[in-house]
Amino acid sequence: MTDNTKNSTDANTTSAVTTNPWQQLSEHTDARIGLGRAGGSQPTAPHLAFQLAHAQARDAVHLPLDTEQMMDALESRFEQVVRLHSRACDRGEYLRRPDLGRQLNDESLEQLTSMNVKQCDLSIALVDGLSARAIHEHAAILLDHLIPAFDERGWSVGPVALVEQGRVAIGDPIGEALGARMGLVLIGERPGLSSPDSLGVYFTWGPRAGRRDSERNCISNIRPRGQSFESAATLILYLLDEASRREVSGIELKDDSEGDSDLGDGSQGNFLLPER
Amino acid sequence: MSGYYHDVGNKRYRFESLKMLMACATPERSGDQLAGIAAADSETRAAAQLALAEVPLTRFLEEMLVPYEDDEVTRLIIDGHDKAAFARVAHMSVGEFRNHLLSHEVDSEALAALSPGLTPEMVAAVAKIMRLQDLVLVARKCRVVSAFRNTIGLEGRLSTRLQPNNPTDNPTGIAASILDGLLYGNGDAVIGINPATDNTGAVVTLLKMLDDIISYYEIPTQSCVLTHVTTAIEAINRGAPTDLVFQSIAGTQAANQGFGIDLALLKEGQEAALSLKRGTVGNNVMYFETGQGSALSANGHHDVDQQTLEARAYAVAREFQPLLVNTVVGFIGPEYLFNGKQITRAGLEDHFCGKLLGVPMGCDVCYTNHAEADQDDMDVLLTLLGAAGCNYVMGIPGSDDIMLNYQTTSFHDALYVREVLGLRAAPEFEDWLERMAITNQKGRIIVDQHLPAPFAHALTRA
Repeated sequence: MTDNTKNSTDANTTSAVTTNPWQQLSEHTDARIGLGRAGGSQPTAPHLAFQLAHAQARDAVHLPLDTEQMMDALESRFEQVVRLHSRACDRGEYLRRPDLGRQLNDESLEQLTSMNVKQCDLSIALVDGLSARAIHEHAAILLDHLIPAFDERGWSVGPVALVEQGRVAIGDPIGEALGARMGLVLIGERPGLSSPDSLGVYFTWGPRAGRRDSERNCISNIRPRGQSFESAATLILYLLDEASRREVSGIELKDDSEGDSDLGDGSQGNFLLPER
Repeated sequence: MSGYYHDVGNKRYRFESLKMLMACATPERSGDQLAGIAAADSETRAAAQLALAEVPLTRFLEEMLVPYEDDEVTRLIIDGHDKAAFARVAHMSVGEFRNHLLSHEVDSEALAALSPGLTPEMVAAVAKIMRLQDLVLVARKCRVVSAFRNTIGLEGRLSTRLQPNNPTDNPTGIAASILDGLLYGNGDAVIGINPATDNTGAVVTLLKMLDDIISYYEIPTQSCVLTHVTTAIEAINRGAPTDLVFQSIAGTQAANQGFGIDLALLKEGQEAALSLKRGTVGNNVMYFETGQGSALSANGHHDVDQQTLEARAYAVAREFQPLLVNTVVGFIGPEYLFNGKQITRAGLEDHFCGKLLGVPMGCDVCYTNHAEADQDDMDVLLTLLGAAGCNYVMGIPGSDDIMLNYQTTSFHDALYVREVLGLRAAPEFEDWLERMAITNQKGRIIVDQHLPAPFAHALTRA
């Protein structure tokens, strides 16, 4: 049984569980509210549901990038693709040494240089980051939302890189080697308990080694239950267009839109207070 | 004087500086390894601890780990050092200081009197040669009480921050988490929300929302929106009902610059909050968060080990008489604290150092999904912190922060540790819980299908 209901469904514990009459509120939030209690503790069902979610998030961190599947996906979409690796040799080193995940290993750098691309409008890197699942499941779909727009604008896209054991900043040496005006990094984000498959996109104007994080723009939480592919693609194109015009990225290119806030004036939906 | 050493058999272990000795004496953690300052092997570490135990406490007033000229936190520590309070331990070495702290003769009063005479470096040093049980036992003797609309940190009490975070600041989602937390007896330290944006308008709206809820239900607690101090000051200027001003702080001037703050700005924040005079039983208006590794992460660590720098952050905190200070111990990730063992030790070190320095210390008992840790590790740390007399922990629905993507302690976890160790909520809040028929006289939750009237009424609006 994989039912995620907040009620205990275990016949042996039902009698000892006090359920919460505010469970209905779960419709409005992903927060694990209304779990009920056995004494003061979490009942068996929500406790084990949590353990499952944690297992999925853990597995997402350690799942290796399926390079074969992803190379196929990229080759069917782009003229030139290239497989690269950071200086972190394995997941253990990757987790302990964020600095190594930001650099290409010698072989990769050589490979990139030997492609002899002097300049391009856009470099794109798909990076495993902390969730290869995000790349496997969402990267190609997001690219399909973007490619037609790149074509419309007549932008030249450099060799698309698939990178293992990489962090966000690895897009910098890649963009630099390809003489890219702009760099996009699609990366698996730190998995949350309810979001093991979250894709992040980082945009940098004039990517080159040594760029600061404040010089990047980030679009986060791209996944079916988070930021939609459509809205993410719109936001990315907005940033690329603005950057092309103003030749900056990062805090100087702040997204002026309200983002995805639902706050309003704070009263809409706040059932704890009487209507004003 | 040049260098420190310890002989093991025929081998002499040398440590060029106090800074290097401190780093090598630190129990293993990934952040010091990442910084390239950790002991090369286990024997080196043990030798460093033996050498450190011989260092006189006065040495820490002579050899600065972070230069006085370059760093306002060092200047704060040295210029504010109370020599009279220090006098009673001035003759001791680090090793003798450990024995002193553990002795039966040293009680809460003695530790409180000693506190202004201690520097973070002294406290960090003794922590390095302590086992977990020492960190628990000595911290338990410290009592640091703070107050705003209720009283936090009294003996036998454990409070919680109700953390109703929502990725889009959705008012229904926030209200749902608050209701859940209150009906599970949580929220006496603060109802504190990490907003989805740093936008001042949104911060003002959230402050108003939390204030209205606290007033409407007459909850003896305080609210906080965890935004940058400059945003908080701006919100106060716009008339936002602000109880506490929040800021992340670190142990060096350079790292604080990375957070966009300095001591003067914190003072400004404190004065802005004090000017509102919103406290009823006390005037502690600041809320600080810290965490080992933040200085290295900001490239402001001066090759000093992360545990010592963390203790220095508490010297910053105590300058502003905070209501709440907590280390967010496992949030930063495995490159600083690799696994449950490292997180557990760091949490207890931080709590011990904070308490000894006179800071009202709580702890965000937490981990991320890329750290080698799980719920069992959190149970160990939570239980030990409860035994150590920790002022407060976090409370969140089902341990899952759906906005910050990490796991911290749940509402249920607080009930567990209160039950097992006989701890209770802050007195004013405890009275409210009983009045509202949320808990009974034993402090146990009694909410069942029939909700307390005001909340039953609220649910009909949902």
